[in-house]
This record gives sequence, C-alpha cells and structure tokens, in this order.
Amino acid sequence: MVKGYEVVIGLEVHAELNTETKIYCSCKNQFGLEVNSQVCPICMGMPGTLPTLNEKVVDYAIRMGHALNCSINRICKQDRKNYFYPDLPKAYQISQAEVPLCENGYVDILVDGEERRIGVTRIHIEEDAGKLLHSDKFDGVSLVDLNRCGVPLIEIVSEPDMRSSAEAKVYLETLKSILQYLGICDCKMQEGSIRCDVNVSVHKPGEPMGTRSEMKNVNSFSAAVRGIDYEVERQIAVLEAGGTIVQETRRWDDVKGESISMRSKEDAQDYRYFPEPDLLTIVVEQERVDELKATIPELPNIKILRYVKEFGLNIKDATFIAESVELAGFFDACMAKGKFAAKCYTTWILGELVKFMNETGKTLADTKLTPDNLTDLAEVIENKTISNAGGKKVFVVLLEEDKPVAEIIKEQGLAQVSDEGALEKIADEVLAANEKSVNDYKGGKTNALGYLVGQCMKASKGKANPGKMKEIILKKIEG
Amino acid sequence: MLKNKEISSTELTKSVFDRIKAVEGKVDAYLTLNEENAMAQAADIDSKLDAGEELSPLAGIPVGIKDNITTKGLRTTCASRMLENYVPPFNATAMEKVLDSGAVITGKLNMDEFAMGSSTENSYYKPTKNPFDTDRIPGGSSGGSAAAVAAGEAVVTLGSDTGGSIRQPASYCGVVGLKPTYGAVSRYGLVAFASSLDQIGPLGKCVKDVAMVQSLIVGHDKLDATSAYREYPNYESQLKTDLKGLKIGLPKEYFGEGIDPFVKQSVLNAVKEMEKQGAVVKEISLPSTDYALSSYYIISSAEASSNLARYDGVRYGFRAEQFDGLTDMYERTRSEGFGDEVKRRIMLGTFVLSSGFYDAYYKKAKLLQRRIQSEFAQQFEDIDVIAAPTTPSTAFKIGENTGDPLKMYATDICTVTVNIAGLPAMSIPCAYDNNGLPVGLQLIGNRFTEQTLLNTAYAYENIVGGFKMPEL
Repeated sequence: MVKGYEVVIGLEVHAELNTETKIYCSCKNQFGLEVNSQVCPICMGMPGTLPTLNEKVVDYAIRMGHALNCSINRICKQDRKNYFYPDLPKAYQISQAEVPLCENGYVDILVDGEERRIGVTRIHIEEDAGKLLHSDKFDGVSLVDLNRCGVPLIEIVSEPDMRSSAEAKVYLETLKSILQYLGICDCKMQEGSIRCDVNVSVHKPGEPMGTRSEMKNVNSFSAAVRGIDYEVERQIAVLEAGGTIVQETRRWDDVKGESISMRSKEDAQDYRYFPEPDLLTIVVEQERVDELKATIPELPNIKILRYVKEFGLNIKDATFIAESVELAGFFDACMAKGKFAAKCYTTWILGELVKFMNETGKTLADTKLTPDNLTDLAEVIENKTISNAGGKKVFVVLLEEDKPVAEIIKEQGLAQVSDEGALEKIADEVLAANEKSVNDYKGGKTNALGYLVGQCMKASKGKANPGKMKEIILKKIEG
Repeated sequence: MLKNKEISSTELTKSVFDRIKAVEGKVDAYLTLNEENAMAQAADIDSKLDAGEELSPLAGIPVGIKDNITTKGLRTTCASRMLENYVPPFNATAMEKVLDSGAVITGKLNMDEFAMGSSTENSYYKPTKNPFDTDRIPGGSSGGSAAAVAAGEAVVTLGSDTGGSIRQPASYCGVVGLKPTYGAVSRYGLVAFASSLDQIGPLGKCVKDVAMVQSLIVGHDKLDATSAYREYPNYESQLKTDLKGLKIGLPKEYFGEGIDPFVKQSVLNAVKEMEKQGAVVKEISLPSTDYALSSYYIISSAEASSNLARYDGVRYGFRAEQFDGLTDMYERTRSEGFGDEVKRRIMLGTFVLSSGFYDAYYKKAKLLQRRIQSEFAQQFEDIDVIAAPTTPSTAFKIGENTGDPLKMYATDICTVTVNIAGLPAMSIPCAYDNNGLPVGLQLIGNRFTEQTLLNTAYAYENIVGGFKMPEL
C-alpha cells in the first residue's frame, strides 16, 4: 500500500539465450564483437533468405518453462509480428503470438521472510532485433549494427501478482538467478541480456484494478524499482487530483528519473500477427519434454528455503549464497561433507571470500579455494590448532594456491602453542612483570584477567592457545 | 547431342545468343544478359567433355533464370525498381543445383514485378511479348521464362509459380511448364511473394527437358524448413508413354462458365486422345473451386504484405532521394519503388491481417484452404490425374486487361486452386486457335506424383508428335 492505494505490477522479461548460434541462422551468438561482423544474408533479411529454427532454443525455453512450473505446449507455431524499424531488417520479428511454448506457471519468491507465489502467464521464443547507433560523428545520420539480429530471446510474462517495487525486484532477481542456474542466459545487464517492460496500476482497496500503463526501456533491476516507484507516485497524484489514468506506453528515462508518454492505446501499433509460413509447426515429443525436466537442478528459490530450514541460515545469508550459482555450489559441496555446521563455512564465504571478490572483482572460480581446503581450515580452527587470526592468514593463501592447510600453517608458523611448559614460562614472565594487575584481579577486578591473557598472547606473538593460556594464568594466580 | 559431340556447348550457346540478338527486340524476354560468363561456362564444359568427363545431362545447356531467383553476382531485380541495382551475395539453392550440373546461364528473365501479375505487363522495365503474336502478352508472372523458351532464346528456363505463374505463361506461349508439389524444390533464394504458395519449376519445349531439369532441382534443402524430406526419382529416365489404365478426372467446375468454348473443346479433345490410348476418363467435382480465387488473393496478399515489408530503403535497393525523417523515407521509398499492382496487393494484404479483420479474411481463407485440400485428397483416392484447361482463353492483347485488376485476376481461375492445395501440375500445349495461339492442357496430380504427370504429358506429346514453336 502506498498512500492508501494498492499497487499492482506485472513484468515482461526478455532474456537473451546463450546458444552457440543464432535462432534462425548459423551466425555466432556473441556479444561485443565488431559491428556487423556476426551477420549473414539470413539474419540480415536479404531477399530470398529463409529462417530455420535452432532446436536448442526450444530446449532452453522448455527448461525455463519447467523451472517456472509451466505447462509445455508440445505443439505450437511461430508467428510474424510486423512493424517497420531500421534495426529490424525483415520488417517483422518472428515471435509466438497465440500459443506460447510454455504457459500457466508460477515462481515462489521470498519477500521480507514471507513466501509469495507469482504467476507466470507465458514464456515464448522470439528473435532479437539489431541496434541503432547514434553519434555526433555520424554526420546527422544513425547507423545500424545487425549483430544482435536473430539472437534468441525468451519473453517471460508474469501475472499482475506483484504488490510493490520491492516484490518486483525480488521476482526479477529470482528469475535472474534461475536463468543463471539453468545456464541459459549470461544475465549481463550492462550487455542487455536481460531487459524488462513494467506494467503498473494502482487502485483503492476493495475497488477494481486501475488502468495500467506499460513502461519500456527499463534496463536494470534498480531502474525497475525506480521506475515503478515513480509510476506509482505519478498515478496516485493524477488520481488524487481528480484525474484518470489513460492506458498508454511510457518510456523510462533512468537518468532523469522520470517516464515520458510514448503512445496512447489509440495509437497502439497493429502488429498484424499471422503464422510464419517459412517455418514448420513446432512439435516436441513428450519424451524430450521429460528429458529436459530431468536436467533442472535445485533452483535458488528452493535452495533459500532449504538453507533457512535445514541449516539455520538467516534469509539474507541464505539468499545471498543461493542466488549465486557458484557460491551455492561451493557451499553445498562443503555441507555435503557433513563435518561442520553451516556457520563454520558461511563465516568464511560471506566474510573473507565475498570481501575478496568485491575488492578484486574476481569470481570464486578465479580463486584456488576448494571445499576440501575450506573444510580443513574449519577443522584446524575448530580443534584450536590455529587461532582465528591465523585462520585468516591461511585463507588468504588458499585463495591464491591449492595447498594443504597443514603446509601453510607450517610455512607461516601459525600453529598455536599449546605446550604447557612453554605457556607456563610465558605466564611466569608476564605475571612477574604485571604485579599490579595480578593484585587487581585478586582484589576482585576480574577484567584484569583479560589484560593478562592479552599480554601473554602478545608475548607469544599470537601463537599461544588463548584458552590454554587463560587456564594456566588462573591456576597460577589462584594457586 | 552434346555428349555425342554433334554440337559443342560453345556452338549451342553461341547460337542461342545469336537468336537472342535476332529476336529479343521483338520479344523482350530478358532483363539481364550473361553472355560473357555463359561463353566461358560453355568453353569450360566443352573442355570437360573433350576430356571425357561424365557430366549431367544439363551440362553445357543454355538455361535462363527468372529474375526472382537469386544469382550470386548477377543482378536480380524481380522486375522492380526497388531492386534495380541489387546484386545478391548468394545463389538460390535451385540455381546452385543448376550451376553444379554445368548449365550455361544465359541471363535473367523478365516477369511481373515480384511475381505479381498474369501478363508480365507489371514489369517495371518493359512488357515481354508473346512469340506467337508479339501484340499479345506472354502470360505471367514467368512471362520471360515462357517466351524465352518459345522464341528459342534459351533451351530451358526456371520460373516460379505462386498462383499459376509457370503454367499460365507456358499455356499462352505454347511450351511445357511444371509447377512442382509445394516442398519439392527448395525456396531458398526465391525472392518471396507468398511463402506458403511459391514454388520454383522448369519450363521447356518438350516434356523430356522439363523432366530432366526437375530431376536436378528437386530435393530437400536444410536451408528451407518447408522443403520435404524424401527421395525423388530421376523423372527423365523413368518417362514412359503407356496410358493404359490411367484414371483421368475431369472436374466439371473447370469447364463451366467463363471458359472459352474452343479452349474447353481442345482440352476435351486431348483427353479423348488419351482415352483412345487406354486411359479411363471420369467426370469429378471439386465443389469449393469457386472459393479458391478469393482465398488465394487473401492468403497470397497477406503473406506478400509481410514479405515485401523488408524493402524499406535502409540496407539495399532503392531509396527515395528526398525525404524528411524515417517515416517519410519509408513512405517515399515504397511509394516510388513499387509499382501499382504490388502496392495494391500490399494494401490488400495489410488490410486482411489487420486486427478486427483477421478472422473474417485470413483465418477464413486458411479454413477454405483446408477444405480445398481435402476435396482434392478425396478425389485422388480414385483417380491418378486431373485434366483441365490451364487458362480460360488464349493469350490476350497487351493492355487489354491492365485497366481492370479483377478481370486480370480472373485469368488465374484455373491455376490458383493447385497452389492453394499445394499440388503439382503441368501445362502442355494441346491446340492452337484460329489466331494460331496455343491452348494449354493442365494436368494436376496428387502430392509428389510429378512422375505420373510427366508420364501423362510425355504420352500425350508422343501422340501429337511434339509441340510446334512459333516463327518470329
């Protein structure tokens, strides 16, 4: 609820699939290459060319359909969506209109600790368009790069089930992590591999849903949040001023932080959809649908729940780990050893590891850290072979080298001193030099003990086992 | 003849170009000539023949190509201003196959713009004339392909047939033309008019030539999703003249009102000749025929409106010289680049696909298509071949129908149904009217029964002792 209004949000998410080749020709599907270098007569729509469907695209879309609990339409067709634009060389986009490959699904997400189910209306396959290039250098004209023409897309359309921008953000992040888990999308926002259109309406509780506006050009999840918040405020302001909301398409300008009307419903384009006559009906055998289902791993939204329930992680930590394929895979491998509690690992993963990744921009795969090594590290800390401080030093090495933990401890001389004779010698020296503190303790100032232990640790250059040290000091003072 | 060294490819090719020089001024069959390359190709084939290489029967034979079939490095205009200087970067699959078999390419043949028309008068460049009477149209849209064969300006040619565009000009020009089953010949590189109806096919002076070329261009192509996976015979080597027991159906709807009595009688006479040779003739009915023409114009225009949207002046082809902004560039480019008939069909197609009209037109036309297909399928349970006129009359005068598109469309009445049903069909000459103009006998077969059609045509050709060519 915002200012006494219910907010209703639906999202259309376009995700570029990372197949080897494009959807209707054999050009490479790769981002960032030289302008107009990944093109052929087919994706350039030269006269006489015909599309042929890359079956991988169907597989990928079906896998996403399974991940979002959709029913799979084993028989469906592709349709032409007709419109003129310089980045669309055929002047039609091959998409799916009436019957999508997947429909009627849902995805469970966690918002503020509460489980919410968001309906997925449909997932269909289509081709991406090229890109217009604008620059002052072009002498008043725009140029077009067709490398992206024919890059396969899936469009995931949600039901209007979200009630806040925060919920929309979690939904988007969940979709992103699912796409990553399936390995079917690079999910690089800055490369435009996920884009979304946002539908927003507001209404007073108990009243029917309001008129919606559609917002395009939303290029990041945070922009989606800003765009939704802006649109909600705008619509409420219009209504509060006694106005009405018109159904329209708006364009989000993230730099200015505002949306501008692009066209009203009356000006809506008529895409003149009709079945693509150059392609055959898609027919997928039930066996293939089942095989694809078997390839779906445990998905991040499910993992989060498991981490919370089974391992006692808090939602924030669980979400953080689960949403990263690599962190979750690593964490799951650690837990599979069944040796230590989750906390022995999450301390390192969420602490030092994430810090390292943030500081260096590297990924887990860029490090040499393994679940085996981290388990060994947990063990030597648990059995007090080394201190926490020593553990951090070992960890830093483990990031760079796949070396046995024991060897690192030896090389760096990190093993704690637990030998009673050596510790007693240190204690004797420290106690002799700190008579005042000893007397303070005896006089009832118990915190003097901490000081004494600290002095002993210092004298041992941090290698003394602090527990043992404390025991010895107590024994000596209290006699 | 080439194989037996009665004549060399160079001599043959030269004679064809000599003929072109002699008669092209009267016929105007070609848009682009390829003489230099052709002579080089011929010389190459001759040296291979001299070396005793085993070559395809098409090797060294001068072949003309309709100008909507893309030819790498050779201008392909579709007889449109829109593609006036367009040189394709690749060969159509059928073109590639013809080239691979060693054919000598004479040039690119005139047609109605983007294959839309029935007279070749819709060419942006020039009308082609009928070699039997140069005041008359050669038919269309493959008018150049039919006229070139009749005038001796090519031995065989490739055309394309969306609603009769091979058979109708073949009929008017007195040559043999085959429209293969939809999916038999790859459409890759055939500049699309109506994707679900278009099909490339051969035209020639005799059935044998047509069978030979068809054997070479047929086959599945991984670049065309709609091309059928199957094995095809070598039609030429299996030709036979035996008509005994062949069941011929005469659909009464094709002999009704609007069909010239002489045409009707000529077709019936031809069938009678075949009956004498042992064929069994029976009358049949295809009741939905009346609806075929309207469903054809709806489906083909709808697809055309989308297929021709790519000619927007952005990447290749014609672009208006003066414009103000993007939309104006589109509008001017397309207004100036396309001819009237093309624009008419784009508008018609855009209309029938518009929201609110889709169900009433396109969807209904597709339903009719199913009904037409099932009516044919039912008939082919009992018969082998359907015989009918190819056109309601013989060739009309240039300019006679250009003012009345509906009258022009009606000339397709006998041919469009076949495309709607996706069937193979041929046209062969069966008579000449009192102006000396040829009458076409149309033979329609069940899906993928090209061999039956060719055999029937071959038998008939044998009965009449061959077809006569015009004197120019």
